[in-house]
Amino acid sequence: MYKYDNYDQQMVDARVEEFRDQARRRLEGKLSEDQFKPLRLMNGLYLQLHAYMLRVAIPYGTLNSEQMTALANIADKYDRGYGHFTTRQNLQYNWIKLEDAADILADLAKVEMHAIQTSGNCIRNISSDHFAGATHDELVDPRPYAELLRQWSSFHPEFTYLPRKFKIAVIASEKDRAAMRLHDIGIQIVEQNGELGARFFVGGGMGRTPMIAPMIRDFVPLDQLITYAEACLRVYNRYGRRDNKYKARIKILVHEIGKDEYTRQVEEEFKHLLDQGIEPPREELERIKPFFADPAFEDGPKTVDRSDPDFALWIDRNTHRHKHDSYVSAVISLKPVGGIPGDATGEQMRLMAQLAKQYSFDELRIMHTQNVVLPHVKIADLHDLWTELDAAGLGSPNMDSIEDMIACPGLDYCSLANARSIPLAQRISERFDASGKTGKLGELKLKISGCINACGHHHAGHIGILGVDKKGKENYQLSLGGSEAEDVSLAKITGPGFDEDGVIEAVEKVTDVYLDQREGEERFLDTYRRIGMAPFKEALYD
Amino acid sequence: MKVLTGNDLKTGDVVWWTGSEWSRHVDDAVDAGERAEEILAAEEAARRVNVPYIIEATREDDGKVRPAHIKDRIRALGPTVRPDLTLKPQSPEAIDWVI
Repeated sequence: MYKYDNYDQQMVDARVEEFRDQARRRLEGKLSEDQFKPLRLMNGLYLQLHAYMLRVAIPYGTLNSEQMTALANIADKYDRGYGHFTTRQNLQYNWIKLEDAADILADLAKVEMHAIQTSGNCIRNISSDHFAGATHDELVDPRPYAELLRQWSSFHPEFTYLPRKFKIAVIASEKDRAAMRLHDIGIQIVEQNGELGARFFVGGGMGRTPMIAPMIRDFVPLDQLITYAEACLRVYNRYGRRDNKYKARIKILVHEIGKDEYTRQVEEEFKHLLDQGIEPPREELERIKPFFADPAFEDGPKTVDRSDPDFALWIDRNTHRHKHDSYVSAVISLKPVGGIPGDATGEQMRLMAQLAKQYSFDELRIMHTQNVVLPHVKIADLHDLWTELDAAGLGSPNMDSIEDMIACPGLDYCSLANARSIPLAQRISERFDASGKTGKLGELKLKISGCINACGHHHAGHIGILGVDKKGKENYQLSLGGSEAEDVSLAKITGPGFDEDGVIEAVEKVTDVYLDQREGEERFLDTYRRIGMAPFKEALYD
Repeated sequence: MKVLTGNDLKTGDVVWWTGSEWSRHVDDAVDAGERAEEILAAEEAARRVNVPYIIEATREDDGKVRPAHIKDRIRALGPTVRPDLTLKPQSPEAIDWVI
């Protein structure tokens, strides 16, 4: 994985000291909150319901054992012994003291990590496929391109004060495991006539106005990748709606002026920029690529002893086919039955770090679905790995099942939330686990947001739940039919909302409709698309 | 009653105005009444508490203070999904008070 050069390290170290001085002045009363707020947000420090919250960037979700151990140590030393993995492949600490924030950033900098650009109207952490560099179905490893974009977007002077936040995802397979088309810019690395290039999708997003990004260019040569991205950002920066926060995302601009007009302007800007020579030298990409070279894979057994049914179930659900046939990628579920999606204790983080060192060439990935991946595990080691995970409560065999739901922190932690998300996730996983229906339902992506900002990706859930405030009471809207994968679609609301008990009953009812109506190997989503909303509405409201 | 609340500058802890200082316990909160805005302005200027604001609450028969909105009740107690991290870790039933 990528290692900082001197420039990277100096940049991060300098920012730590700058923030240390800013925090000191705030604590001494020399800065008001209005003055300090934009400074702390530039360093990922929010103020949430119970305390400050620090969001740490994990570029394209990749980290090593030393970094995961550092995250664990911070959780234990400065927080309350745990962290929360997010849908942007980041980690959040919920109980941070302002007095400690600079020391935490210094600890992060020692392991080449930071919290820069995890907030504010700038280009956020670049996300990618959590199986990148390991999966059997990718064209190339997308992470060198994600890293190039990270370097370009870090402290980019022109894009520090965009109209609104800006999110980019990069993938390199037809399978979309990064919700690529629900990003401000989604980039797919593709091949055309033997040459690699980038397909650009612009103007997607969730939030209060969900949109699927249209493709604006099917092939940008890779030696023009940054220039084209710059052109996309420039047009947005020039015309994005700064007058209205709720209309300031690029998706609104693309929608309002139309894809064709936006594309025309991008192409014009691109042409102009090509003459400016802003593309990083090819040598920089070539310098980056070896950091992502394959580890020294060894041939070994290609099958496992499946006589233990619990182990066999975990293999079936929580492993992903690797590009080397003696390996798999193993998903560590952070969704134990009744647990808090995405939370991990310091102890669990240290264990995952140790297991990565032992079984996965020192590498881990964070999934946007709030789980952790060991990307390169020898098939021969799987039973030992599973045994250790299971003993630590990390062996839940539930990837992509209804128990593997995404849930934002919701009203239990978040100052923007209208309703709690986590209790729903806990009760739904308990209910479906107890009834034994989880396995029968197969792939069923449930996503829960506690407010319209949609951090829980409810628009993209096969089943989505949105928490709203109804006259001071928590209320939940149910939606069906969303997908963030290559078959991307936006979920539609079923009808009037429910209280907490009611929405859990409603989830059960829609899954019953599916089990009753499905044909062959159909997933919930396939059945919904075939039969439409009516049978589900009938079950819910008649 | 009108109650002042905010987050402590140094720790981020949720705090409540007691009439002379800030407390972590909502039951220490007093009715700021017509002076609420004045106190708010003074406390903002003092820069000890982040973004103080005024909420509606009621004092119940047992003397306890109950914020009107669930968000402030969650702030007063702690996350409902982690009873061990609330201000009343020995009383998991305290979650019922929030809801």
